[in-house]
Amino acid sequence: MDKPTNNRAWLLVVPVLLVVAFSAVIPLMTVVNYSVQDILGPEQHVFVGTEWFRKMLRDPELHGALRRQLGYSLAVLVIEIPLGIGLALMLPMRGRAASLSLVVLALPLLIPWNVVGTIWQIFARGDIGLLGVAVNKLGLDYNYTADALDAWLTVLVMDVWHWTPLVALLCYAGLRAIPEPFYQAARIDGASAWATFRYIQLPRLRGVLTIAVLLRFMDSFMIYTEPFVLTGGGPGNATTFLSQYLTRLAVGQFDLGPAAAFSLVYFLVVLLFSYIFYTAMTQAGRSEAR
Amino acid sequence: MARIELRGVAHAYVPSPASDKDWALRPLELVWQDGGAYALLGPSGCGKTTLLNIISGLLRPTRGQVLINGVDVTAAPPQARNIAQVFQFPVIYDTMTVAENLAFPLRNRGVSRAETQARVEEVASLLELTGDLKLRASGLSADMRQRISLGRGLVRKDVAAILLDEPLTVIDPHVKWLLRRKLKQVHESLKVTLVYVTHDQVEALTLADQVVVMNLGRVVQAGTPQELFERPADTFVGYFIGSPGMNLLPCMVEEGAAVVEGQKIALPPEVCASAKKGGGELRLGIRPEFLRRVAEGTPSAVRVEVSQVEDLGRYRIATARLGQQVVKVRLPEEERVVAGESCWLEFPAQRTTLYVDGRAVT
Repeated sequence: MDKPTNNRAWLLVVPVLLVVAFSAVIPLMTVVNYSVQDILGPEQHVFVGTEWFRKMLRDPELHGALRRQLGYSLAVLVIEIPLGIGLALMLPMRGRAASLSLVVLALPLLIPWNVVGTIWQIFARGDIGLLGVAVNKLGLDYNYTADALDAWLTVLVMDVWHWTPLVALLCYAGLRAIPEPFYQAARIDGASAWATFRYIQLPRLRGVLTIAVLLRFMDSFMIYTEPFVLTGGGPGNATTFLSQYLTRLAVGQFDLGPAAAFSLVYFLVVLLFSYIFYTAMTQAGRSEAR
Repeated sequence: MARIELRGVAHAYVPSPASDKDWALRPLELVWQDGGAYALLGPSGCGKTTLLNIISGLLRPTRGQVLINGVDVTAAPPQARNIAQVFQFPVIYDTMTVAENLAFPLRNRGVSRAETQARVEEVASLLELTGDLKLRASGLSADMRQRISLGRGLVRKDVAAILLDEPLTVIDPHVKWLLRRKLKQVHESLKVTLVYVTHDQVEALTLADQVVVMNLGRVVQAGTPQELFERPADTFVGYFIGSPGMNLLPCMVEEGAAVVEGQKIALPPEVCASAKKGGGELRLGIRPEFLRRVAEGTPSAVRVEVSQVEDLGRYRIATARLGQQVVKVRLPEEERVVAGESCWLEFPAQRTTLYVDGRAVT
């Protein structure tokens, strides 16, 4: 049967195109426009071609921020994903205990990001903070305002505290969706707890885990508020991640051209990594059986 | 191989069962012989699956004992019993190949690689899966998935009984009979005890040597398909088995006859006497197949008004009124009968059963 073709059908897509144009395409094009010009004043700009891009890509400060950022995001994924799965597996599946633990687990997610930063800023202080004092009492020399590693670890632990519940909740939902006969069959087949996890639970969590990995990667790769409040990017540049560097460039120094070039590179990097993660996780699902 | 014995087994899902309603399964005694094919038949929620899960060890009964080959296994987990179970929705391990799926129960039990391989090939050929062993198990058709889960049960050499929990529900009708035949063939060649849960009487009657009919958590009757059909011990069995089910007519008893809507139906005097002694609610049961149409004015016949006739090809089902009661009659093709006319029916005494409070009087 032939389907009728009618070009007026395109009219139906127009509203969406308009919304997307105003919300995404036009702002993005403005940035593209900035990235190839030197802005000297409101009415004065000169076309500079790829100069800003070349400058940005050679910028050692950006390299440093990118390295820190990648290390940070990978650490976040390596810790939060297994921890989230583990937490979800330990949660009770029914009854009042289930609802109660879900509420407690979700608490960190309800706190505004800058408040999270403030909480940890106080919590980790060596003089009055519960965590800071406790760690120092244990005989460890801990000071996140002075020591680069301490600062980096503090930001990481804060992120784990803040966002592992999200991973756990996603996994919990995924686990709840597994029908009971799967567990029953595994028991009849004599599967160990590990085999049950490996062959029933983990494969059935793939969908939610893909979402969890993408969300946690993108969010952590764009982290700004919490380190800004907690450490201000310091000590030195130890916790200066990409967003913070970009803000300094665009707002602090008002280098709009380089900042625009940087934004585009940043955007493409996020896109690229998300694509890699997504493809890897969906491919893993397809090619698992040898 | 296994003989399964249930002694006073009962189960309640609520922690402290008080009233009758709390029991999903009322105390029951059953013995299943080694190598037999049994069906558990009953409507949804009658306790069939509960009973099955108790036998496989997924559930521990609230009361009673489960014995396999004379050994009390009530407290043993499913892994420790030699029992395989196939579920309504085929369970397969998506990330594995068909062969790995079949090998899984053996791998978990530490069986050697060579033996596993041999067993897998054996079971695969029995279930016609040999050509698909290397395929990934996800994305296969429902009947193949169900064959794989059956195969996971058969692959264990020590398996004593296979429990099937409505395994054909999600299978397309045109492959259902294939799978059913396969199952029968597997049973015949392996001589393994087979317990088959279903709410489909055709499945139960064709697969099993013995059918256990359940209702409301109770075993109502256990017997061969023929016994269930010809001599239902309970009104539930009467109308649940057969299509259409048994006619059940409220009646009174006199000396040597039951009276339905003022019309007498002759019955053996001793049956009438013991029915009268019972003193409960009385009903007369007869299957539509056993009612005979006779010529007008035959002395023992009862007059009915035909209200509807359904032609089902090789036979007709006539719906008729006997006073206020509805009677269904199965008539051979050549019998001409038209809605609106009267006809005379005979109730053969040996095929007519009296029920007191739902139970047959003998």
